[in-house]
Amino acid sequence: MADKPHPDHDLIQGEWTEKTLVEKLLEPVEKPPPRPWRVVLAVGGLLTLVWLYAIFVTFVRGLGTWGINQPVAWGFDIVHFVWWIGIGHAGTLISAILVLMRQNWRDSLNRVTEAMTLFAVLAAATYPLIHMGRPQNFYWVMPYPTHMALWPQYKSPLSWDVLAIMTYLTISTLFLYLGLIPDLALLRERSQGWRRKLYGWLSLGWTGNAVHWQRYRAVYVLLAGLATPVVISVHSVVSMDFAYGLVPGWHLTVFPPFFAAGAIYSGFAMALTLIIPLRKWYRLEGVITERHLDWMAKVTLASGLGVAYIYLLEIFIAWYSGEPYEWGQQLWRMTGPYAPYYWAMMLINVVLLQTLWFPRFRKNLTWLFIFSILANVGMWLERFVIVVISLSKDFLPGNAHLYYPTWVDWALYLGTIGFFLFGLALFIRIFPPIAVAEMVHLFHKLRKH
Amino acid sequence: MLYGLMAYFDAPEKLLKAIGALKEAGYRRMEALTPNPVEGVERLLGGDGRIPWVAFALGVLGAGLALFLQVYTTLDYPHNAGGKPLLGWPAFIPVTFELTILTITVGIFLYLLYQNGLPLADHPAVRAPSYVRVLLDEYGLFVYASDPRFDPEATRALLESLGAEVEEVRRA
Repeated sequence: MADKPHPDHDLIQGEWTEKTLVEKLLEPVEKPPPRPWRVVLAVGGLLTLVWLYAIFVTFVRGLGTWGINQPVAWGFDIVHFVWWIGIGHAGTLISAILVLMRQNWRDSLNRVTEAMTLFAVLAAATYPLIHMGRPQNFYWVMPYPTHMALWPQYKSPLSWDVLAIMTYLTISTLFLYLGLIPDLALLRERSQGWRRKLYGWLSLGWTGNAVHWQRYRAVYVLLAGLATPVVISVHSVVSMDFAYGLVPGWHLTVFPPFFAAGAIYSGFAMALTLIIPLRKWYRLEGVITERHLDWMAKVTLASGLGVAYIYLLEIFIAWYSGEPYEWGQQLWRMTGPYAPYYWAMMLINVVLLQTLWFPRFRKNLTWLFIFSILANVGMWLERFVIVVISLSKDFLPGNAHLYYPTWVDWALYLGTIGFFLFGLALFIRIFPPIAVAEMVHLFHKLRKH
Repeated sequence: MLYGLMAYFDAPEKLLKAIGALKEAGYRRMEALTPNPVEGVERLLGGDGRIPWVAFALGVLGAGLALFLQVYTTLDYPHNAGGKPLLGWPAFIPVTFELTILTITVGIFLYLLYQNGLPLADHPAVRAPSYVRVLLDEYGLFVYASDPRFDPEATRALLESLGAEVEEVRRA
């Protein structure tokens, strides 16, 4: 048993004992933070204030402050709603699907990506709320007996969306919290004063009882099994918000897998954008190795190829359908006033994506980091193409109208990015960004057996 | 007052062997405390095979509630959407699916807390002077002083003979 090294033995590199490994993994919480952390927190905090101001302006002066018009009634708000929901998907995929597939490399990545999911979904959920125009009536989406005897329309994808997002937020939050409990107990025992109280409350008094562990593990795997179809379903339901409509460019049966692939692609790209600097700033090269990043790049490539395939399929189907409006929409995208956006999307998500086939590019962290940002720019452009360009020209030439976002639209977008960074920075200061108990367990498996 | 004895083992195999030896000697009141799940402990201390069944029951409940919600609201406020049948069941799939998952998730999480007796305000084993070791890299076995077979000297000798480092846990 001891002679042959474990096939995944290089997932933890360097000379460690359990104690030094735990010290290392708890450093972000227990040691003073590195300088870049303060910068991220400050920039994120400032942008969060900008965000709150833009929401305030929206609430006080109304949706007229936005750039939406007729027919482009869904503008940046829905572009960014879809963008953020998609980004969340990598966390659930890493934490749920890779548990079921017994992938050891997930253990270094699941915590920080699950936190990423949480803040991305929270950011996303604000857009439909503020887009309602009368946000004080948001509870009308819930089924409750009213004096008007009205109910939500459950044959509408918008009703499905409410429940899909709520389920997604709940399951990703509970999954993240469940994974945190043993680490919180460890932090409780290692801290004093108010911190001990805080971690004590949050750990719910976890003692490490072996029988509790058995049930914990059973529930963890069960939740992973349940979260797996949810990952696929959430963005599929979001896609039906579009596919149910008759708008040319939206009314396609391929939308659910198209959106699911795009979500995983953008989520892994965002995870790379966050993990590459995190690894450098906290010197986590020993636990987030180049193999981890290589795998993430491969998943990005695989899901990105799905997206690229459907781009090409969309062009083919628009022509093959023989529908003048579908083909007209395709030509509007490729040659109309928004053509630069369309071709920039194609350049990133179809052409530049191909670099990830080559180990030389995948192992070049500078390129991987740049590409991960570009991929999310590409996915932003994709949502812009789908939402704004499709709406700007439908059936009647007289309806065509371009979309011009206002400063409020931009402030709401930059604001959610700020909120996302601010939330994540605070999260890794309070909770360990790598799952300590799982890493120590993996360390045992790799070294002792 | 003596709460009990806390024994620390450096490997899960030793812990399992010790639990077996103590059970054979007639001890009943003990708890294993470990930094990660230990396979085989459920055979000695009892596991919980009910979790999948509880989850299944919650799923049936969630699916039933979701279908009831949709059928009831549709019949209570009939609305012709696109000339489709009033109770066109394929349109009910997404909500049924999401509410099934939501019910299982929340329910099984609460069931887990309930079965594990959490939240827990205090526990005698946590008072052991070097308790933190069982959250890091050692495998602990806490034997309650209230066990009928418990004897401060003999129990300590038995645990030490099984390869443990033993600490007394007293009320501070």
